[in-house]
Amino acid sequence: MTSTFQLTHVLPTGVVFAVEPWWVQIIKGVIIALIGFTLIPAAVTIERKLLGRFQHRYGPNRAGPYGTLQAGADILKLLGKENFRPSTSGGFLFYLAPMLAVIAAVATFAIVPLGDVVTIFGQKVGLYGLDVGIGPLYAFALGSIAFYGLVLGGFASGSKYSYLGAMRAAAQLISYEVAMGLALVGVIMQTGSLSLVDIVHYQQTHLWFCIPQAVGFLIFVIASMAETNRAPFDLVEADSEIVAGYMTEYGGGGFASFYAAEYLNMVVAGAIATTVFLGGWTIPFWDGAPPVLGPFVVLIKTMLFVVFFVWIRATLPRLRYDQLMSFGWKILLPLATLNALVTAIVVVAS
Amino acid sequence: MTPVPEHDSYFIERGPEPGGAGSVGRAFGETLRGLKTTFGRLVEGPTTVQYPEEKIPVYPRFRGRHRLHRFEDTGLEKCVGCSLCAAACPADCIRVVAAENTPDHRVSGGERFAAVYEINMSRCIFCGYCEIACPFDAITMGNDFELADYNRSDLIFTKEMLLAEPLERTPLRAEGE
Repeated sequence: MTSTFQLTHVLPTGVVFAVEPWWVQIIKGVIIALIGFTLIPAAVTIERKLLGRFQHRYGPNRAGPYGTLQAGADILKLLGKENFRPSTSGGFLFYLAPMLAVIAAVATFAIVPLGDVVTIFGQKVGLYGLDVGIGPLYAFALGSIAFYGLVLGGFASGSKYSYLGAMRAAAQLISYEVAMGLALVGVIMQTGSLSLVDIVHYQQTHLWFCIPQAVGFLIFVIASMAETNRAPFDLVEADSEIVAGYMTEYGGGGFASFYAAEYLNMVVAGAIATTVFLGGWTIPFWDGAPPVLGPFVVLIKTMLFVVFFVWIRATLPRLRYDQLMSFGWKILLPLATLNALVTAIVVVAS
Repeated sequence: MTPVPEHDSYFIERGPEPGGAGSVGRAFGETLRGLKTTFGRLVEGPTTVQYPEEKIPVYPRFRGRHRLHRFEDTGLEKCVGCSLCAAACPADCIRVVAAENTPDHRVSGGERFAAVYEINMSRCIFCGYCEIACPFDAITMGNDFELADYNRSDLIFTKEMLLAEPLERTPLRAEGE
């Protein structure tokens, strides 16, 4: 499948498809980054409220109507705190680590297609940050950089708990990113393109990939829970065993950054799952939907994933370390490989 | 656990070995069951009592902050300053100094009255022995339990404070409710 866009840039990261002049891209980039940062308090609020409801309580309900301002109040509180660093912490890496985590999370959000190409004031604008020709690879690459943030944070803290958390993060990344990548291979083979926009275009005319690629969908969702350190795979943080893992020694802004990155990663994982498996901005049984609705549809679907992640967190206990490893290597990876293999056979045969 | 008669033993059904294919299927099924359980909790709704706005009524026998009483007809204090409550108090938090009633200065119904009557609420254990010890029912345990304050010295309740009606009434449950 070839891209329908006329103008292409060839960057070192791959072919980037774009329809807008550079200044539109800058405006668009700023807006999308702001959307990303707005989704963090939204995700935090959803998580805290919903987790409360799952446990027979209300969750935060004091700050603002229904506690909606709680996340903002928490952010202000954290930013107002003293920027403490332990005497054992090492060098500028201690400050670099939370920045890396946030940058990687926001940068991943850039490739999430929020909508099709629309015409705003006579100017063609694609409702996404970038349409890179290496879509999922870009997401995985930045996901790995986010893990650098975790590992460096744990390493530079100079604390045993942080170091343990960092080591767990590294091991978990290796175990689950492979399965996550292989889960997407089936979709990519069926679409014939690595561009996330093309994958959504394909789903406009075909069934959503969550049905023909159900196994891949399941593996992707499970692996993305591990990837974003969510329960039941949150033994990177494991507040009850290793305090908070790599975050133990961080307070104030550094902690806020890690926290924000964690929730943004959750949103991004949901958004990518939406794009790849749930048809992105398409609405079922309504082909003539106005493209302006696109971003809302994508955000609603993404938030459904966030709700699902919270639901899982309310349900499942944390896995033991060896259970995590054996689940990743003995079950998810063979299953993902088999899924890719079967899809390959089907694609070639048909 | 089902009995096996010919071997005089019991057959115990165990779950599949952890890590095997059987355990995956079981874990998946149990996960779905768990999701159903937590969703049920979501549907049931919160059981939280929004405390400062919503209060659970206390039972009539609830032992809260003490109250001193007056005779309703004459308005005289019931306490005669006998110090039996102070003697009964295991936490030693009651201080009574008695004084003589005079014909032109009558405070209590008896010969003497409590010139000083202080209860240190930061030491009181709300056991109710003072109430039992009192021969005139002058002191009873009230229903108020919201006694938090910013200073310890503010928690020493004087006779005037104990005689006065509580500012905010604690909701009371009817008998048998």
